[in-house]
Amino acid sequence: MTAPLPGAFPALELLIVLPLAASLLAILLGGRLAPRIVLLLGPAMLVVTAVLAFQIQTQGPVRVEIGGWEAPLGIALIGDGLAGVFLVLTAIVMTAVGVFAQKPFGSEGAETTESYTFWPLYFAMWAALNAVFCGGDLFNLYVALELLTLTAVAMVAYGSTRAALRYLLFALAGSLAYLMGIVLLYSATGTLDIELLARQDTIEATRMVSGALMTAGLLAKTALFPLHGWLPPAHGSAPAPASALLSSLVIKASFVIIVRIWFDVMPDVAGTVFVQLLSILGAGAVLYGSLLALRQTRLKMIIAYSTVAQLGYLFFIFPLAGGAAAETPWAAGAWSGGMFHALAHGLAKAAMFLAAGLVIEALGHDRIDDIKGIARALPLTMFAFGLAAVSLMGLPPSGGFLAKYLMLTAALADGQIGLALVMLAGGLLAAAYLFRPVNRALAGDYVPEVAVVTYWRQLIPLGLALLSVALGIISEPPYDLLQVGRSKVAVEGIDD
Amino acid sequence: MTDAMPILLMLCPLVSAVIIFFLREENERLRTTINIGSSLLKLGLVAWTLEGVGRGVIYEYRLEFVLGLYMLLRIDALALLFIALSSFLWLVTTVYAIAYFRGTANLSRFFGFFNLCVFATTGIALSGSLISFFFFYELLTLSTWPLVVHKGDHESLAAGRTYLGYTMVGSAVLLFAIVWMEGTTGPVEFVAPPELDKLSGTAQGAIFALLVAGLAVKTAIVPVHSWLPKAMAAPAPVTALLHAVAVVKAGAFGIVRIIYDVYGIDRMAEHSLGVPLAMAASVTIIYGSLKALQQTDIKRMLAFSTVSQISYIVLGASLPGPFATIGGLVHLVHQGLMKITLFFAAGVLAERRGVHSVSQMAGIGRRMPLTMLAFSVAALGLIGVPPLAGFVSKWYLGIGGLQAGHPWVILVLAASSLLNAAYFLPLIYRAWFTEGPDSLEQYDGKEGPTALILPAVVTAFATLGVGVLAGFAFSPLGWASLIVQREYIP
Repeated sequence: MTAPLPGAFPALELLIVLPLAASLLAILLGGRLAPRIVLLLGPAMLVVTAVLAFQIQTQGPVRVEIGGWEAPLGIALIGDGLAGVFLVLTAIVMTAVGVFAQKPFGSEGAETTESYTFWPLYFAMWAALNAVFCGGDLFNLYVALELLTLTAVAMVAYGSTRAALRYLLFALAGSLAYLMGIVLLYSATGTLDIELLARQDTIEATRMVSGALMTAGLLAKTALFPLHGWLPPAHGSAPAPASALLSSLVIKASFVIIVRIWFDVMPDVAGTVFVQLLSILGAGAVLYGSLLALRQTRLKMIIAYSTVAQLGYLFFIFPLAGGAAAETPWAAGAWSGGMFHALAHGLAKAAMFLAAGLVIEALGHDRIDDIKGIARALPLTMFAFGLAAVSLMGLPPSGGFLAKYLMLTAALADGQIGLALVMLAGGLLAAAYLFRPVNRALAGDYVPEVAVVTYWRQLIPLGLALLSVALGIISEPPYDLLQVGRSKVAVEGIDD
Repeated sequence: MTDAMPILLMLCPLVSAVIIFFLREENERLRTTINIGSSLLKLGLVAWTLEGVGRGVIYEYRLEFVLGLYMLLRIDALALLFIALSSFLWLVTTVYAIAYFRGTANLSRFFGFFNLCVFATTGIALSGSLISFFFFYELLTLSTWPLVVHKGDHESLAAGRTYLGYTMVGSAVLLFAIVWMEGTTGPVEFVAPPELDKLSGTAQGAIFALLVAGLAVKTAIVPVHSWLPKAMAAPAPVTALLHAVAVVKAGAFGIVRIIYDVYGIDRMAEHSLGVPLAMAASVTIIYGSLKALQQTDIKRMLAFSTVSQISYIVLGASLPGPFATIGGLVHLVHQGLMKITLFFAAGVLAERRGVHSVSQMAGIGRRMPLTMLAFSVAALGLIGVPPLAGFVSKWYLGIGGLQAGHPWVILVLAASSLLNAAYFLPLIYRAWFTEGPDSLEQYDGKEGPTALILPAVVTAFATLGVGVLAGFAFSPLGWASLIVQREYIP
């Protein structure tokens, strides 16, 4: 890890400070002007993350000690490839959703409760996400994650307070477990800095127990099967822009912390049983989530259950890391594939929820049975939905395909035929549950009567969907970025 | 120039697809201009490349996905055979489709996906590695589905569902096989044979079986063929494209690539992988012909005829020896020309005269002389009447069968030709030599708009031309022999 050169552009700091400031500003400005902040902050954040990505790619991983205080006293931010790709993803999705939300959460004329309350939450969520992705200290991650959870719960409450409460209960239980884990670790080591922890050799049992506790807590927040019960009602009933953020980014935050724990903090601790358990839960998620998605009658519920299923793949990286190291020209295939999956899913799922949001705006509902012919009224929207679906099914050309290819190669090279079959079955199931709405939308030959949806707003989901496809074609830059500062066990495997 | 050529060939359909998607529905003139313009441009580029590849130039373009994994576009002689066919048939189908759909709705969507479909087919032809091939193979599935369900009625939606169901499962099997192989050998490129010996003999055989099984779905080999007759619910230009160039050919082309560029002739022989495949192809040839004989609906009859004819290509590829290979490769082109003519003509008959079943064909020859002439030429060609295209294919396949030591191939070919004659000849007879129910006086003398009639006539002429001029170097036969000489005979 290198400290940034003196006078270098303080990208990491800005990524947290700017949205926090925007959040405060949104409260001050009130509901009529707050939505407009995005139009300035979005491009600014895109530029800052681009600069950061360039810094990481050219100078290697960046580490910033806030205020110049070194760990364990001070707090560190780390900008490695993993942080970099997720920060860029966050900037893209957040900006797209922010622009999209100008209508549902803006105010034409009078200020509304929604337009006043949404934007502080939205900017705070942005700051929290960034803080999680570049946090270099487990306690700091806890704080950021709590802020993230609270903003997420509040956003769910726009749609259903019942779902929000359920989410809150799961999340709080998760926080408690995570907190117990870090307390245990801190009492044994005296530090929570990720880099220092990696060099500690505390008793393995302590680390194992604290790692397991933290993971259990984070799994509840990531909604891995069987702890997924809160997700579908929450993501299915929140307003579309909020659902997009929740499915695309919020659950990825807790997942990234899990990756940090097992690949960076304690790379040598996890045993075969543990990593296999995670992948079995992942396989359960893929199959169970997909089967339930098949049975949904509302578009947003299909998308929400699809999230449950898609999350499962991410956990295959734990046993598969290191699988194909010897046979393929690339290293860390499964690990990179998992991260690509997270990115592609983030883009595609945001596109899908926004597209569903437009369908709801146009028709006033999202019942699959009654969306017949919507593809002729909203061709761009349904095209975006279709493209996003391609990525979720893991079909080429898309980021989802590249992710699946990398993970499958690792699985077969490693002899994990079971996981390979689950991945293929998951793709077919995804095709089946996403086919229903698309087929229904194309049926008939008349153009249904719908409320007006402007052309440019349809371009937002289309843009996101195209990006998720582009990830599978112009994959070299993000792939190379991801490799910077990659954990060595991502190549060698964490269970051996 | 040499490195840009694959990209230029790919950009023609891609750019027109993107523009057309965003065109307003009313903008018919611009849409037509782009459609025709880009297909002409592409055909020109192909002619240019044809000359270069004839001299031995290799055109190659690489795009790195991740370290060592490339999207590889490479124009070799085999790729060009497929591309030349698809570019030519694309042009005539475009003309036909524009005339066919005149005045109907959702055409920007249709031609957008139509061009995307051509883009995918071009990509399949140019693919120089397994991963690139799979990439475009899947894109083809996805871009043809909206064409199949274009009408949006119950029947075509059901056809679309069946189509996706079959092809998706096929692709999953194919992907599994590709990844199984590449997990051990690393990414496979067609120029450099993979080190398959790292795999056990059983594994090599199993992977081959899975690869072929995956590809067999699109190739419509029995027993995974039944999506094809069902897909007849699609509009006529789509079925024409599906049967002649796009989908079924993609499968057959894939099988050819797997046999020659991944496994290689020696390894095929060593593990005796070819014979079971040749048998499966033979069963399909006979079964398809028998089923075609039972049909009363013209389009369904043609569909089963395709099931049968496509397996000629597979048969040729799976038999060892140069003559069989030439026969299979040349049939890739010949079948395309003949079958597209039949579908064009059948589409015109259905659209202009409401003729759907064999019984309605009575006396149609005098009312639709050009259309029926084209139909008859193509049908005779498929039967294998010299000097038409089908005869050349069957001749080489037959000799190839003898050469490979499988004389039963002759029996299969003879039986199939008899069956072909049994279902085509009565139809031709009825059209030309019987009187229709309505007398000729009611006939208004117009066959249809030129753009609708002409494509079938052009491809019928081509059917005759490639047979008569088979001896020339740039005929399909000449080119297929060049491929065999250059690449398969060491």
